[in-house]
Amino acid sequence: MSAKFKPGDSVRVRIGAPPGHFRTPTYIQGKTGSVVAVHGAFRNPESLAYGGDGLPKQFLYLIRFDQTQLWNQYTVSPQDTLCIDIYEHWLEPI
Amino acid sequence: MPRVHDRGGWSEAGPINQAEHDLSMWEKRTDALLVLLASPTKQVLRVDELRRAIESLAPDAYEKLSYYERWITAIEALLIEKGILTREEIDRKAREI
Amino acid sequence: MHEHDHAHSAHAPVTDRDELTYYEKRVSAIQSLLIEKGLMTADEVRRAVEDMDSRTPALGAKVVARAWVDPAFKTRLLTDAKAAVAELGIDTGTLSTLVAIENTEKLHNVVVCTLCSCYPRPILGVPPDWYKSVNYRSRVVVDPRGVLQEFGLELEQDVEVRVYDSTADMRYLVIPARPAGTEGLSEEELARLVTRDSMIGVARARMPHQSAVPSPQSAV
Repeated sequence: MSAKFKPGDSVRVRIGAPPGHFRTPTYIQGKTGSVVAVHGAFRNPESLAYGGDGLPKQFLYLIRFDQTQLWNQYTVSPQDTLCIDIYEHWLEPI
Repeated sequence: MPRVHDRGGWSEAGPINQAEHDLSMWEKRTDALLVLLASPTKQVLRVDELRRAIESLAPDAYEKLSYYERWITAIEALLIEKGILTREEIDRKAREI
Repeated sequence: MHEHDHAHSAHAPVTDRDELTYYEKRVSAIQSLLIEKGLMTADEVRRAVEDMDSRTPALGAKVVARAWVDPAFKTRLLTDAKAAVAELGIDTGTLSTLVAIENTEKLHNVVVCTLCSCYPRPILGVPPDWYKSVNYRSRVVVDPRGVLQEFGLELEQDVEVRVYDSTADMRYLVIPARPAGTEGLSEEELARLVTRDSMIGVARARMPHQSAVPSPQSAV
């Protein structure tokens, strides 16, 4: 098993509202950012939350976004960014 | 439509109350319960399950309960869900205190 | 969720010193039952509370001060924070991954957990109420400069403000910039300038001439 993405890749966060537990905030869904780092593979919290073993492990990435891409009202400081850890199955390539 | 715990960017958010409070003994014991139950040697609960149980609170309960009130409510629900304790025995023990 | 019938809301003041609130009784009941059933001991609970009490921002301040005086340590800290803090005798326990993020003249980091309250507890202790509040969680991602202003921090326009939302196992510790005019200070004196809020990112480290504000963040 190897990581699908590498640092520098542009990725888009999937949009979704699965019924259970998930760690991809709504505000970041549908947005495009770039991979800063690959944290490694971790058990999936979506299954751990219901007593599952969290396998197979999912690769986890640090993704950086331009704030001006996330919020309509973010006009004053175009250099500002937001970083967030997102699991591979929530990411698609651009 | 974000769920009640999914808070990033909510427009109705107001000023941040910077007042702090020292944790009371029951709050520390609630925290200790989770730490022990989720510890590698016990593995009765996972932190992910606690989060899920808190996220499953009715939205008005999530808003109204304090941080550790949410925790103990969720821990109780999980222990009952897993058949470790029953509501009846918790109620009975609480009446004795 | 079960229905419960209790005499007063959990937020009502306890009028009788002997009267426990609904939640105090609930924790006691659950704890007693778990001990009776052999899932934990009273001693374990006591030790867990003691460990929690021993974790304060002074631990993080020690790490930051060392990073300020020792560039090689800082490099190790930025590469593998968990291993670096272990060099100082700080046991991070069950923490999965600690990541140190450095503030510079051009970059100011601030940390949040919008979904709950993830926080580097082994290094900083328990988070302040405001960090766990819905208003902080809502606003710092969309208006970090406004939130920093509310905390009394103004930044230059050319500084990049970078928000970290802790959504997984990584716990982020901000390494605040070393204040000017601190060249002669000892590591211990430097550590006293490092506040909890500067390690979350809503404040800078104190200047040497600023008096220490007595606050819960510095209490054990």
